[in-house]
Amino acid sequence: MVSLNANNRTRQLARAGRLRPITPSVFLGRALAAAVVVFFSLFFIVPIAWLLIAPSKDGRQLLLENPFSVGTLDQFAANWESLMTYQNGLVWTWLGNSAFYATAALVITLVISIPAGYALALTEFRGRHLLLVTTLVVMLIPNTALVLPVFLELSAVRLIGSPLAVILPFSFFPFGVYLTYIYFSTTISRDLLDAARIDGASELRVFGQVALPLATPVVALVGFFSFTGNWTNYFLPFVTVPGRAAPIQVGIAELLANVPQFNPTSAASTTIDLPVLALATLLSVAPVLIVFLFSQRFLVTGMTAGGTKG
Amino acid sequence: MGTIFSSGYTIFLLAFGVGPAVYALFLAFTKNGAFVGFDNFVRVFADYRFLPAVGHVALFVVVWLACLIVFVVLLALIVHAIRIRWLSTTSRFLFYIPGALAGASSVLLWLFVLDPAVSPVSFILEAFGKESFVQVVQTDTLHIVLAIIAFWTGAGGWIVIMYGALNNISDEVMEAARIDGAGPINTAWHIQIPLLRKWISYMAILSLAAGTQLFVEPRVLAQASKGVVTQDYSLNQLAFLYAFRQNDFNGSAAISLVLLVVALGLSVFFVFRGGLFERE
Repeated sequence: MVSLNANNRTRQLARAGRLRPITPSVFLGRALAAAVVVFFSLFFIVPIAWLLIAPSKDGRQLLLENPFSVGTLDQFAANWESLMTYQNGLVWTWLGNSAFYATAALVITLVISIPAGYALALTEFRGRHLLLVTTLVVMLIPNTALVLPVFLELSAVRLIGSPLAVILPFSFFPFGVYLTYIYFSTTISRDLLDAARIDGASELRVFGQVALPLATPVVALVGFFSFTGNWTNYFLPFVTVPGRAAPIQVGIAELLANVPQFNPTSAASTTIDLPVLALATLLSVAPVLIVFLFSQRFLVTGMTAGGTKG
Repeated sequence: MGTIFSSGYTIFLLAFGVGPAVYALFLAFTKNGAFVGFDNFVRVFADYRFLPAVGHVALFVVVWLACLIVFVVLLALIVHAIRIRWLSTTSRFLFYIPGALAGASSVLLWLFVLDPAVSPVSFILEAFGKESFVQVVQTDTLHIVLAIIAFWTGAGGWIVIMYGALNNISDEVMEAARIDGAGPINTAWHIQIPLLRKWISYMAILSLAAGTQLFVEPRVLAQASKGVVTQDYSLNQLAFLYAFRQNDFNGSAAISLVLLVVALGLSVFFVFRGGLFERE
């Protein structure tokens, strides 16, 4: 990573030293490129900016005022109160479920994926090649493709509705194994491990005290993708843990049924105002947004190639 | 020793990767435990909802892939050409942020954006003659709306990946092009895009496989559109209805299996032919 940055810097210096003269066509080209970037920046960011402001207004303001007018803190508090008291704090239950599922899956993912990636990269064992190819193939299958089959399997073993019905499938994260495999095979040499072995270290110690301390970056990377992916997953928990056991992603979609503007026929006794729904949406992604803000430096480098899957 | 280290993962791979697929295979060819050949498939394919769902998904995938390939490459090239460091970093981050709103959250946010009554861009919707939310999500143009939502959520990640790949093009190659007098457009077309080809096909194949799985977006829109978006818009929704509404696990497994075979085929093809993964 360090060498890459240095590489960037020299490249930038090289470029800066050789600015081409600005002719009308160059200027026009740049203006066009700038227009494209500005247009798409607005496209990507306007909805989010709106979402950040909306919970500070009441339903009337949302409908009648300028979309980007800022409401009041009091109104925000009122919307907050309204969301929190919805069905005796059901939102907290959903958020708690999300946190529990994503965290438990994160721990299991790390515990099984890091040693597996290490084994694939730096040891020899029977079936290693098969395991590697299977991992690659399964990694490229969109995870939604396995949701209904996983549901059918879990319902055959009567696990539907149990927290395990989300945590266990979430913990299976072949992309994490692949990342670990790439990391270990490119950063650690077998010689280093052999040296430790000659010094009399057991295999477990070689892994725990030589390899693992060097693997912090990849542990963080796998953790990042596992947590954000699982937190925002909708389809799997939607079918395997319905009702009160649902995570927030499924929960907010359920809230929709009680929003009169989108569902005039709903017979629900408690209705949800639009700004409250906006607040719920914001709250449902807040943890991931925060993780994003803290990881922005590594997110934008492109080092994480292959990290997003459909 | 490697066997022990990889055993935990192998168990999960069998239980939640291979197992479900094999079980779906079993269900798809049986009924009440008895082998019935292709009966389940025939029943599902003959369902009046099946072909429209295939059509919807196909239209969505075409529009979405076209948007991804054109705009992701274009934006990556432009952002890569920006010489001011903070500007380049900031724009990449702006493109990336919507990724945080994957899943149901992005669809909920877009409910607001697409409802002319509250939308921050209601003037655009009105320019298209859309005066109500229901008009925006009419079935005949819904695939475009879904493609925009999916593009909004996922494009940033791909832009960053393409940017990373552009960074890996060696300075000498770029330098040689410049000395030969190639402008930015020529360089992009003759050098950068051909060198990105592997990554572009990686994006196209993964997105194609993911696109056929369409579920969350139409599902949430169906909940919010007063029945304008139907419960059986996409194939996965249909498979869901089979399992949950009709209690027909065999039919559900048949649809899932078809989708799984498509995804698996694309994946296997890419692993062995894509040239992106070095195998021994």
